[in-house]
Amino acid sequence: MNILVKKSGPMTTLQDLGRLGFQKYGVLVNGAMDSFSSRIANILVGNAPTEASLEMTMLGSTLELPAGTLFALTGADLAATINGQPVPQFRPVYVKTDCTLRCGFSKRGCRGYLAIAGGFDVPLVMGSKSTYLRAKIGGYKGRVLQDGDVLEIGTASAVAQTFIHNITAKADRPAPFVTVPWFAPCSFIFGEDEIRVTQGQQFNWFTDASVQDFFQEPYTITLQSDRMGYRLEGKVLAYREKRDLVSEPVTFGSIQIPADGKPIILLADRQTAGGYPKIASVIYADLPRLAQRQPNTQLHFKEVTLAEAEQYYFQQEDYLAQLAEIIAQRMA
Amino acid sequence: MDNIDELLKNAKIQPLGEAAVQVTFGETINPQYSSCARALAAELDRQAIPGIKECEVGYTGVAIFYEPLLLRQTKLENADANLSHSFQVISKLVRQTLANLKLSEENTAPKVRVPVCYGGEYGPDLEYVAEYHKMTPEEVIKKHTSGDYLVYMIGFAPGFPYVGGLPEEIATPRRSTPRLLIPKGSVGIAGSQTGAYPLETPGGWQLIGRTPLELFRPNDMVHPSVLSAGDRLEFYAISEEEYKRIQAQEGSGTK
Repeated sequence: MNILVKKSGPMTTLQDLGRLGFQKYGVLVNGAMDSFSSRIANILVGNAPTEASLEMTMLGSTLELPAGTLFALTGADLAATINGQPVPQFRPVYVKTDCTLRCGFSKRGCRGYLAIAGGFDVPLVMGSKSTYLRAKIGGYKGRVLQDGDVLEIGTASAVAQTFIHNITAKADRPAPFVTVPWFAPCSFIFGEDEIRVTQGQQFNWFTDASVQDFFQEPYTITLQSDRMGYRLEGKVLAYREKRDLVSEPVTFGSIQIPADGKPIILLADRQTAGGYPKIASVIYADLPRLAQRQPNTQLHFKEVTLAEAEQYYFQQEDYLAQLAEIIAQRMA
Repeated sequence: MDNIDELLKNAKIQPLGEAAVQVTFGETINPQYSSCARALAAELDRQAIPGIKECEVGYTGVAIFYEPLLLRQTKLENADANLSHSFQVISKLVRQTLANLKLSEENTAPKVRVPVCYGGEYGPDLEYVAEYHKMTPEEVIKKHTSGDYLVYMIGFAPGFPYVGGLPEEIATPRRSTPRLLIPKGSVGIAGSQTGAYPLETPGGWQLIGRTPLELFRPNDMVHPSVLSAGDRLEFYAISEEEYKRIQAQEGSGTK
């Protein structure tokens, strides 16, 4: 079984949870920008949460799905339709016959995720299916999807086959697709509350006025933002004194301040090390929400302690585990 | 020279977000800090501690990436309520490891030899570098091949080495306008750094030659990068014929 990409959209890549263990060799981690949405999409179709999904940015793809496909759409609302009928998000959807899934411009959020029961059958490169654009490896031929690409679907797991059996058993009316009456509630990924951060290693390098500005003033995500990082525009931040920083490792969410004083939030395609002082780090629990913010929208930052950051992370992971359990029960 | 035991004892441990810590031995580029970093990373890798995902060696220290969920049940005495549980578990573990770390004073790693075809189309800036230092191109090559190099870390691009030890006499500022595309394998100079580009990429380095070695091998799960932090390095000059012969070998070996 395979999927024909009729229209790819401008920035559609295959991403799983990243290429771990090779940062010491300068190999980027990559992976889904909003890993929560990617994992939920896969759980909804009976895949392992580590399976790859299609990450579509701002404008989605038009895909020809073969009969017998079970899929789920999560993340940004790309106003997906099949035969003109809106396809709901955050739930498993099954197509009995060949059909065309059209995803459009995002109505809410920035990155939509599509998971398919059986996953995408592309080779693992260094243990991951994530697309590594710079090195041209991983994902589909190491690149962004293009019109006319054909994506092979993997073999559905026993769990996924049970999902398919149960979803079709309950559907009797003729329709281009069948789905379930419930959905996985994930609206927290769209909130516009402050983005919570912990102090970065060089937090004390910044003037008091700059620290105050950072937490009180709005910062706009510029159009020069991508999977590598969000470049922000706002009150310029200054160091107390000119000091050299030797390149050191960075992480997903590190906020570094180059000499021009404009913050850059490092994201999924960040380099493994950076030489700019880090004022703060976005907490893991807020990374999905950050990944769903569109360019030209404003961010506010709020400081939390490391202990709080960990608690929020645990809460989010516990919530995901609960959702996975409920989904498994409903589909069993 | 700092006392190694003191360096290990005085290591700074800071959070890098809530799923990593940065252990730092100093603030400058120094072979001793680098040895401490490598020794700590190697020991943690050897122990294969559940919850630790990977260690990344930098110039001055090590970043340790961990999964807080896997450390959630680990018992902790005298916990600090402002610090996360997992940070404290990892910090304690790092302190214990540092206390038992045995470090040899000398880097006995074998030298990795990197063949370079200097000048011509392979090194379009060799003439410029020679002129800049009022030397002949041959003298630049002689200096570059005589350096005692240490790979401090791999970064910027997969397999790209940050190398220290370039002879001062051929240190050259970057080009004022970066090139949009630097061919794979290019060997260059930027200030007092030298290195080789494993991938085609934009960059402002002065290009003096090119190596036929495949520095990044994505199909090799064990050693995707020919070079690792801590390697000693030696460049040696080869002819264009040798370049082509090695390149052909490399191509068939990695595909």
